[in-house]
Amino acid sequence: MSPLLEHLAGAFESVEWEESHGQDVAHVSNEDWAAFAEAAKEAGFEVCVDVTAVDWLRQRPQRFEVVANLLSMSQMTRLRMITAVGREDPTVASLTPVWPGANFAEREVYDMFGIVFAGHPDLTRILMPDDWEGHPLRKDFAVGVVPVQFKDSHQVR
Amino acid sequence: MTDEQTANREGGRPPSDTATDTLDLWVAGTEEPEFQPTDEGTQEFGPDESEARLDDQFGRVITDDYVFDDEVEEEERMVVNMGPQHPSTHGVLRLQLELEGEVIRRTKPIIGYLHTGMEKTAEQLTFSQGPTNVTRMDYLAPLHCELAFSLAVERLLDIEVPPRAAAIRVLLTELNRVSSHLVALATNGMDIGALSMMIYGFRERESILAFFEKSTGLRMNHNFIRPGGTAADLAPGWKDDVAAILEDLPKRLDQYDDLLKRNPIWLARTEGVGVITAEEAIAESITGPALRATGVEWDLRKAFPYSGIEQYEFDVPVGENGDVYDRYRVRVEEIKESLKIVSQVMDTMPSGDYRIDDRKITPPPRARIDESMEALIHHFKLFTEGFKVPPGETYVAVESPRGELGCYLVSDGEARPHRMHTRAPSFYNLQALPIAMADSLVADTVATIASMDPVMGDVDR
Repeated sequence: MSPLLEHLAGAFESVEWEESHGQDVAHVSNEDWAAFAEAAKEAGFEVCVDVTAVDWLRQRPQRFEVVANLLSMSQMTRLRMITAVGREDPTVASLTPVWPGANFAEREVYDMFGIVFAGHPDLTRILMPDDWEGHPLRKDFAVGVVPVQFKDSHQVR
Repeated sequence: MTDEQTANREGGRPPSDTATDTLDLWVAGTEEPEFQPTDEGTQEFGPDESEARLDDQFGRVITDDYVFDDEVEEEERMVVNMGPQHPSTHGVLRLQLELEGEVIRRTKPIIGYLHTGMEKTAEQLTFSQGPTNVTRMDYLAPLHCELAFSLAVERLLDIEVPPRAAAIRVLLTELNRVSSHLVALATNGMDIGALSMMIYGFRERESILAFFEKSTGLRMNHNFIRPGGTAADLAPGWKDDVAAILEDLPKRLDQYDDLLKRNPIWLARTEGVGVITAEEAIAESITGPALRATGVEWDLRKAFPYSGIEQYEFDVPVGENGDVYDRYRVRVEEIKESLKIVSQVMDTMPSGDYRIDDRKITPPPRARIDESMEALIHHFKLFTEGFKVPPGETYVAVESPRGELGCYLVSDGEARPHRMHTRAPSFYNLQALPIAMADSLVADTVATIASMDPVMGDVDR
C-alpha cells in the first residue's frame, strides 16, 4: 500500500481495503462516500476516471454496488472506491461537487440502474428517452426479443 | 412604307424612340455613337470613412465587434437545437445552444440517439463472444476496444499472452490509432472547409484499412484481438505491407503540413478557438489528445504500460494552449509517434505462437480437430459454452485514439460476465464541449466538435 493510501486508511477506520488483481480497492460505507471522496481528492487523486454500478440481485443483501475509479496523475496510482447501496432507498451522495467530471457518469448510472445521486446538479436520463420506464441494466429488466418472421413461415405444410 | 419599317429592314435602329435612346445601343452598320466616359474609375470611399474604418475593411486591424452586452433582454436569448441530424455533429450528437445573436452562452450536449444497450448485450454473450460486441462500440478504434476487453478477461483469468501475440496487438492498435487520427484530421478539415484534407485523410486511411482487411478479414469490427491472444497470425507478406505504409505515410503527413500547418485560413479558424485549460480538462475527466493539447503530459502507454508497449521508444507530444489548433497538432505528432512504434514492432517481431496454448481458453488448430477427440471436444465446448472465468472484478484501461478506454469487468464465476462496463473516452470528452464553446461564436461550433473527435458509437454504446 502506497503512502498515499496509508494516509487515507488512517483517516477512515471503517473502510475495508482489498487488493483486487493488483489494484487497490476501498470498500466505503454509504455515509462516508462523499467524505472519503473529498479526502481522496486532497490526498492526490485529481481525476475521477469513471463511475459505474453493478447489480447483485438475489446475490447480496445490499443489491447495488456503486464503483468509482480514481486516478492520481502525479503519483501514477489508481484507486477504486466501492459502496453498497440498498434496494429500498438506492441513494448515495454525488461525487460532482468533488469531481465535476462525474456528471455524465452519474447520470448514466441513474439512467441504467435507478440509483439516485444526492446533490447532483442535473440528474436526468442521459442515454434512454426521457419517458422510458424502468432501468435497463438492472438484472430484473428483461432483455428484449424481436420476433423473427422467417420467409414463408405462414405456410404450414 | 414608314420610316420605322425602313430602318428595321435595313438593320438600323429605329429613330426617335425614348426607350432605345436611353440604352444607347450601337447596331452594326449604323453610325457609331459618340463615346461618353463614365466616372466608374474615379469612385472613392465615402467622405465619412475614417482611417480606422479603412484599416478594418482592408483587414490591417482586426476589431472584435462581437463584444456582447451583459444586459441583454431575456427575449434576445434564443435556444437553438443543432443536430442530431446535422452533418457536422459526427453522427447523432445533438446540442442545445443558447444564443445571444452570434454568441453561444450555454451549451448542452444531448446524447443517447445511438444507444443500443451494448453493456446489457455483453451480459448475454460469453467471454469468447465478447469482442464481437465491444468492437462495435468505438467503430473508428475497434481494435482498442477489443484490446481493453481482452486484457480485462486475461487479468481475471490470470494468464499472460505469448510475446508474439502482444507484439501483434501493439502493431495493430498503433496502426488503428493512425487510421483513427487520419479520420479525425479529415473530418476536422472538412468541417472547417479544407475539403482536400477530407479526401487525403480518407485516402491514406484506406491503405491502413486494406492492411487490416488482409490481416483480420474485415476493414472494421475485426473481432481479431481475443482473450488469450489473437484470432490468427499475421497474413504472409505483412512486413511488405507495413513497410509500404511506413514508406508512404510520412511523406503524406508532410504534404498535410504544407496544406494546413501555416495556412492562414486554417490558423484563423483554429487558433484560440475552443480553448480548454489543463485544470478544466482534469476536473472534467478529459483524456487523450484533448488533454495533451492543454499541456498535460499524460499517456497511459507511458503511465500504465500494457501489452509490452514499454519496450518501444516513443514520445508523448503535448500542446500548449488547448485550442483546436493544438489538438490538431497533437494528433499529427501522435501519428508520427505511432509510426515509430509500428516500425520498431516490425523489426523486432518475436516468433512463436499468436495465442496461448491453453485449450480451455483458445480453440485448437483446425487440423487437430480431425485427428484428436480431445481437440474436437475442446472446440465444441469453447464455442457452445465458452470458458468460465473465476469470480472477481478488475478495471483495465488502454490509450485509445480518443483517450482512456477502460473496461470494468465483473465475473461471478460463470462463462458470461456479470457486468461489463466500458469507460468510453468520447462520453467523458463531450463534457468539455460546454466549457470549450462558452462565449464563442456559432461558426466555431463545428470546429470545436470536430477537434474533440467524438465517436457517437463510443458515447452511447
